[in-house]
Amino acid sequence: MSGGPAVRLSHVSAGYGNQVALADIDLDVEPGALLAVIGPNGAGKSTLLKVIAGLLQPFGGSVVILGGRAHDVARRIAYVPQAELVDWAFPVTVEDVVMMGRVARIGIGRGPGRVDRQAVKDAIGTVGMDGLVHRQIGRLSGGQRRRAFLARALASQPDLYLLDEPLTGVDVTTQGDLMTILAGESRLGRTVIATTHDLSLVAGRFRQVALINRRLVAVGPAALARDPSLLAKTYDGRVVVFDDAHHHDDAPPDERHFHEESR
Amino acid sequence: MNAFDIVLGPMAYGFMQRGLVATLLVGIVCAVVGSFVVLRGLAFIGDAVSHAAFPGLVIAYMLGLPLYLGATVTAVATALGISYVSRRGGLRFDTAVGVLFAGMFAFGIALFSSIHGYVADLFGYLLGNVLGITTVDIVQLTILGGVVLAIVGVLRKELLYASFDRNAAAASGLPVDRLDELLLVLIGVTVVVSIQAVGIIMVVAMLVTPAATGQLLAHRFWDLVRIAITVSVVAAVSGLYLSYYLDVASGAAIVLVESAIFAVALLASTRARGLGQGVPA
Repeated sequence: MSGGPAVRLSHVSAGYGNQVALADIDLDVEPGALLAVIGPNGAGKSTLLKVIAGLLQPFGGSVVILGGRAHDVARRIAYVPQAELVDWAFPVTVEDVVMMGRVARIGIGRGPGRVDRQAVKDAIGTVGMDGLVHRQIGRLSGGQRRRAFLARALASQPDLYLLDEPLTGVDVTTQGDLMTILAGESRLGRTVIATTHDLSLVAGRFRQVALINRRLVAVGPAALARDPSLLAKTYDGRVVVFDDAHHHDDAPPDERHFHEESR
Repeated sequence: MNAFDIVLGPMAYGFMQRGLVATLLVGIVCAVVGSFVVLRGLAFIGDAVSHAAFPGLVIAYMLGLPLYLGATVTAVATALGISYVSRRGGLRFDTAVGVLFAGMFAFGIALFSSIHGYVADLFGYLLGNVLGITTVDIVQLTILGGVVLAIVGVLRKELLYASFDRNAAAASGLPVDRLDELLLVLIGVTVVVSIQAVGIIMVVAMLVTPAATGQLLAHRFWDLVRIAITVSVVAAVSGLYLSYYLDVASGAAIVLVESAIFAVALLASTRARGLGQGVPA
């Protein structure tokens, strides 16, 4: 890897149609960062991940990912969407999903080789899903679903993880396990960027935090997620509720965690 | 009449042999492409594209060009046009489908009605006439169908990934927009391959019903495809015999057998699901 940052956004604005979701974002993320992106609903957290992943063309500004354009370094990027955007009835098993992490590497017209099967097996082992390899994904609990998708990202052996709400709607054990795995990846020099609603996890589990609300409010060590004035600025002065009480597995697909008071 | 006569009797006729080969071919291609159609919710597209083949057939007929050529051009152009209109116009996909679908079919009907005299050939394409298929037709169908199957075979992982998780596939470097367009072109060609056998109006059933049956019964994509192919093949053969012995239209008979198999699978799977209610959804 070249010495520069894993992600460098300069004056980036982005959105959909005429709607501006992100304005004038300047953000450097160093290799090996374990960065949480927090902010209220509609703050542009998912949009930020999509811009970094190369899924959304920004209106303006420059985006440099792993020293190049996202498109050119795509094989080194693993993107995991929000669970609620996944079609859980789709006829694929855990193993099938994790193997998708290898598709870009395997290349057109070929089947998986020994290296690919091993990477899939290892990734499934890492997330603790060995016994569920052949289960259709709709028959997994909320926590198992997140584990399977993290395994897909692991199997692609990326340098940059982009995870949209990986901790939402999962049990405390799974949250702990997933964060331990991600911390291990970041120690190996891989960069992890995850959006989350769960402010209570940020200071203890991540190393850096970016607070956004259409604009970048602050970025720095994870302890910033406890700074009341920054939080007030990020969440438009609304009261922030720290609430550890309601972690649960298997959340209904339409249920979301909001740890800030909604309007 | 013994069982041998029942099975082999009709096969003494060349038109029945050709009809069988054609329906098997159409059934397999439709089952494979239809599996993607069903999982991506593109059934309405299949219907639209098949109707859009009609003006192409009529124009080719009027100009004395090969009918398959005309049908392919308008079917594929409409498939890509739908994608373009919905993306550029900011319209819902099904709205774009509805507009182009009706417009193209009306154009075909208008041209058709302007031809003086009775045009049996073209009527055959509306309702299907598998027993009228010639050896030349079969050669053309085999080439087109073979190309479709070969493309799906080569891009099977990529098409599956892009169908399941478009954003993650795109982020990993797959050209998902190109894959979407390719799938629409494959649907267009599949429809063209199928219309002589089952007719424009019933092609959508060939695309959707076997794959939907597979979806009811399978937990893995390639199992779904295998079930869809099996349903298609069984329906093609038995439908053709039913049409011979009961003297009903072959396309209708094939589609009715597929529908019956789907109904049985639906009952079986709802019953199985009722028994397995402890499993988290």
